[in-house]
Amino acid sequence: MEAAVFILSLIDCCALIFLSVYFIITLSDLECDYINARACCSKLNKWVLPELVGQALATVLMLVSMHWFIFLLNLPVASWNLYRYIKVPMGNMGIFDPTEIHNRGQLKSHMKEAMIKLGFHLLCFFIYLYSMILALIND
Amino acid sequence: MSFYELGGSDIGMSAPGYPGFGSSVGHGVGSAPQGGVAAPLQAGPGQTYPTTYPAAGYYSNPPQSYPTMSNPCAPASSKAPVMNSQYHPSYYHNSHPHTAHSNAVPGHANYGGALVQAPPLQPYSTAAPPTSAAVHANQHSQPFQQHPGYLGAYYGPYTASQGPSHYPVVSYPSAAGGGQYNMQPSSQASLQQVSRGNGTLPASTSTTAPSSYGALPAGPSVAVNGQVNTVSLPALQRYDQNRPASAHPYTGVQSDAGGPASDRPPSLPPSTSVHSSPSHRQGVDSSSSGSSASPVPNNYDSLEGGSYPVPPATDSSKAAPPFGFGYPNLQPAYQQSPASRNDSTPSYSGFNPPGYQQFSQPFPTMSQLSAALGGIGGVSELEVEGLRPVNLLQERNILPPGPVPPPEPNLSTDLRKVNCSSDTFRCTLTNIPQTQALLNKAKLPLGLLLHPFRDLTQLPVITSNTIVRCRTCRTYINPFVSFLDQKRWKCNLCYRVNDVPDEFMYNPVTRSYGEPHKRPEVQNSTVEFIASSDYMLRPPQPAVYLFVLDVSHNAVETGYLNIFCQSLLENLDKLPGDTRTRVGFVTFDSTIHFYNLQDGLSQPQMLVVSDIDDVFIPTPDSLMVNLKESKELVKDLLNTLPAMFTHTRETHSALGPALQAAYKLMSPTGGRVSVFQTQLPTLGAGLLQSREDPNQRSSTKGVQHLGPATDFYKKLALDCSGQQIAVDLFLLSSQYSDLASLACMSKYSAGSIYYYPAFHRIHNLPLLGKFQKDLQRYLTRKIGFEAVMRIRCTKGLSIHTFHGNFFVRSTDLLSLANVNPDSGFAVQMSIDESLADTSLACFQAALLYTSSKGKRRIRVHTLCLPVVSQLSDVFAGADIQAITCLLANMAIDRAISSSLSDARDALVNAVVDSLTAYRNGVSGLQPAGLTAPAALRLFPLYVLALLKQKALRTGTSTRLDDRVFAMCEFKSQPLRHIMRMVHPDLFRVDNFSEQGALHLNNCVVPQPQLLQLTAEKLTREGAFLMDCGSVLYLWVGKSCSELFIRDVLGCPNHTSIPQNMTQIPDLDNPYSERMRTFLNWLQESRPFWPVLYVVKDDASAKISFFQHLVEDRTESAFSYYEFLLHIQQQMSK
Repeated sequence: MEAAVFILSLIDCCALIFLSVYFIITLSDLECDYINARACCSKLNKWVLPELVGQALATVLMLVSMHWFIFLLNLPVASWNLYRYIKVPMGNMGIFDPTEIHNRGQLKSHMKEAMIKLGFHLLCFFIYLYSMILALIND
Repeated sequence: MSFYELGGSDIGMSAPGYPGFGSSVGHGVGSAPQGGVAAPLQAGPGQTYPTTYPAAGYYSNPPQSYPTMSNPCAPASSKAPVMNSQYHPSYYHNSHPHTAHSNAVPGHANYGGALVQAPPLQPYSTAAPPTSAAVHANQHSQPFQQHPGYLGAYYGPYTASQGPSHYPVVSYPSAAGGGQYNMQPSSQASLQQVSRGNGTLPASTSTTAPSSYGALPAGPSVAVNGQVNTVSLPALQRYDQNRPASAHPYTGVQSDAGGPASDRPPSLPPSTSVHSSPSHRQGVDSSSSGSSASPVPNNYDSLEGGSYPVPPATDSSKAAPPFGFGYPNLQPAYQQSPASRNDSTPSYSGFNPPGYQQFSQPFPTMSQLSAALGGIGGVSELEVEGLRPVNLLQERNILPPGPVPPPEPNLSTDLRKVNCSSDTFRCTLTNIPQTQALLNKAKLPLGLLLHPFRDLTQLPVITSNTIVRCRTCRTYINPFVSFLDQKRWKCNLCYRVNDVPDEFMYNPVTRSYGEPHKRPEVQNSTVEFIASSDYMLRPPQPAVYLFVLDVSHNAVETGYLNIFCQSLLENLDKLPGDTRTRVGFVTFDSTIHFYNLQDGLSQPQMLVVSDIDDVFIPTPDSLMVNLKESKELVKDLLNTLPAMFTHTRETHSALGPALQAAYKLMSPTGGRVSVFQTQLPTLGAGLLQSREDPNQRSSTKGVQHLGPATDFYKKLALDCSGQQIAVDLFLLSSQYSDLASLACMSKYSAGSIYYYPAFHRIHNLPLLGKFQKDLQRYLTRKIGFEAVMRIRCTKGLSIHTFHGNFFVRSTDLLSLANVNPDSGFAVQMSIDESLADTSLACFQAALLYTSSKGKRRIRVHTLCLPVVSQLSDVFAGADIQAITCLLANMAIDRAISSSLSDARDALVNAVVDSLTAYRNGVSGLQPAGLTAPAALRLFPLYVLALLKQKALRTGTSTRLDDRVFAMCEFKSQPLRHIMRMVHPDLFRVDNFSEQGALHLNNCVVPQPQLLQLTAEKLTREGAFLMDCGSVLYLWVGKSCSELFIRDVLGCPNHTSIPQNMTQIPDLDNPYSERMRTFLNWLQESRPFWPVLYVVKDDASAKISFFQHLVEDRTESAFSYYEFLLHIQQQMSK
């Protein structure tokens, strides 16, 4: 059971890592003008919800399996995702808005965020891996 | 709370954090910080925006050039350490090229000697040390390139010879476009001018120049030989001759006739020995007077009128400040000569014998120096003036008597003269701080305000096969680049050394070879290029206009349709365009109506599409028709349109579907969509609900719903922008129509927004007049299609925020589906890398557009500013008007993204922070009062005025749409207009005096003093005129003299002045005449005809008049004095 939970979160975590990398690549593409702001934003906005769900899934998994430490580690990120998703102004086209992404350093802050998330997911990845191995051994 | 915190944090992030990405930031500004590392990324933009760049040169560019540069710069800087000090008196002594030069030609104390022996090449080769510091290199050769004399040289001949009908167009003889633009004749004529002026050398100039064309490239280094000399000769002479005339070609002031003598008396005697100088002078005078007599009108589009206020303004303002405090009173013509004399005096007296100075004139390096020295004279005074502490609490009359002049960048005279006009390009800090830390210390925003497509009457247009640009950053060659030698120039933005193409060596104006520094591109900071097909993604589009008209019941009620049709009928022939111009009409209520205007029909055919959920175009081919072919049908339609809907009962409005239809109609070509809307859209996609709560209009807590309610209009605008369609919105609504949402369609498609609240053809006559005037201007003004604008800045600076109506397509590229002469832009910048190794920062805005005649053109503006390392210098160079406008833009962003109270706090903090920074960092002492540097003395006043604007005020009842519209105006208007809105001009007009009056072609325009905006200045005995940009108020006091009321207003007494008077009657007496000339003068100086309201002591107009008196207390806002006290209190916290 324990092992199953961690295997699942490991898969989830891998997906999130890939997503973060995808975000970073797309944003840097935009930064150096390989793609259009419009295309970039519509690409990224598509993946905002999956990311949110993926993170929430990991958090919930930890909650139900009662791994409090990992749950508390995941909670802030999950709530940040949710907060950002809810806080999008009505007129905007999503978290990434092509008309604003070049203004007020938004591009840079998006990038920063994606980097931090990548780091976080990598950390989680190893934690899950360790826990999974531990669980498998204990079994 | 402060605006700057944002900028600061961004900057920290920039390059170091993400070297991988940073290095790939492609071209233009983005590339600036990373320098030459451009190659890898430029493959990318090619796909996205091939329009902008000629493929070959750009992408194939090798990155290796950059590294090589760093080597030469190291030794150079060690040899000449002085170059980092800004105003180098010592530089003069130390720098080797100059001394070397003077040694080489020691005997040339006189002009004649210089002419014979020293070819123009020589300074180049001596000046060769390739310094990385732009200072150094620029100091060397710039004055040479851009001595004002050349400026005159270009315009003089042209204007004299070319006749009234073209821009001065410069082209190569080889260029095919030549014939088209009458170039050949003009350059021939200029040649004649030259020879006439030369007197002694008529034959040699005209014959040797062409012959040397071929000869020169073979051995340019063999400098001192006959042929080169003869080539250089005319140039030098021209230079000399035209110098006095230099500043005037625009102004048409003839007072320079005496200029040469007073200007440079010592130079003439020596030159007499070689040439007959009288004939010279005659040449000068004739050419300059020729230019003043027939200034070249802007015929490219004969539509645009207007004066060219720039050069006089810049001249006067630029020349004036350093030479005393009384500058506003000086006439431009008067300032001219003292200015140039002063510049040269220090060098006479201080360092060298007069002869040396003379000698230096024709040489780049020397004239450079003298200019640098001239700069010093001005510097101290300028700084003193800018930094003079002003105790705000004690200074009651803080306004200058006349219009507030833009501050003068602290540059050498030569650079200053060639610098971009302050109306086109303005920076908030005319002294650029060296590092971000210094900028943060000053607590002032750094940004640019641009008005790139302004109507100009003088604009050098250049046709050439190759447009010379930097290979790394794609900067266009400009007056601030430095020529290392004849074959190479160094980019002033990225410091790459580029080759001068062979074609560029030939100067079509003087018809001489080997003078790349004298070409018009290098002589003018505002030029226009005719672009080749490299700059096209597709064939230039025709002018296409689509009118989308609301014909619901509400719209018909207002009666706008009549006026629109009338106005369009009148201006149908004046619509900018050529034979390919196409027009179309769509009307909508709850259904959408198309009009088939295909040539051959007997009358227009109306096609109704009632399926608004899935709009389709009934007949794709015949809805947008060629205006020329179908003119009769169009006229027919316009005549019948108002009557067709008079009895409509349809109250719904399906704006969204109509816009979708418009998009579909226009997407094959692109063009302009003009939308006339009179109510909230209620049907189909993009329908909106009323969000305004009238009870909250005067709430002090904050204002909701400043942002759009739906992303429909934004998406539509982006689609439109992608297809080169701009949507202009005319909102004529008396009720709430959610402008915040609707405005998005124009904001992101580079359109314009017009708002006429409570428009009605009978009940609101003044607004009706304004609508008519606006429409006329709108329909006939110049227009550019499928445009992009790129703003580049010196390496180390980068742009992080943009303000205006456009879509930001990449880090420095603005996509403008249409560009019009009335829109302004603003950008905020940060300093990513220290600018310590340069003394000049440059900014270049390049606007690539398709003219209404189907020509692809590039308008390039370049601004050059000094870099400083002292906090005091930063304060001394603050441009308070530009700062105010930029802060207004930032505050509006803040209000929309965060909240209104946040924005207001940030504005107050901006004042508090910068004044605190001044107190702590510069003034040193702790005075009792509230002190500000003179450059910032109007800062609190302007910020207070901003806080009382409709856009940002709280506590006073403001309709949401009014507020949003005011915000849109701030974001998209040029600086001058914003400043009039923020701080209107108030004059007393019942007692005009002759003092200081302007004399403009035989009418006298009185120049009354500017008054503080406070009721204290109003008296019952007077009449006052307030100029708020788009509105003029004439306030007539209760006991105003009967004479004024009778003679000017045409009424027997005060009580009989009608309520809604909006015009001054045409009365035949001097009083009235003077008033009318004054009014006309005010009105003509702007593109929009402002409405005049005559305000008596009653009714509603009085309230709006008094609202503009920003220094007075209102029930919800501080008076000026209270505001100062508030600031003082905040500062002492």
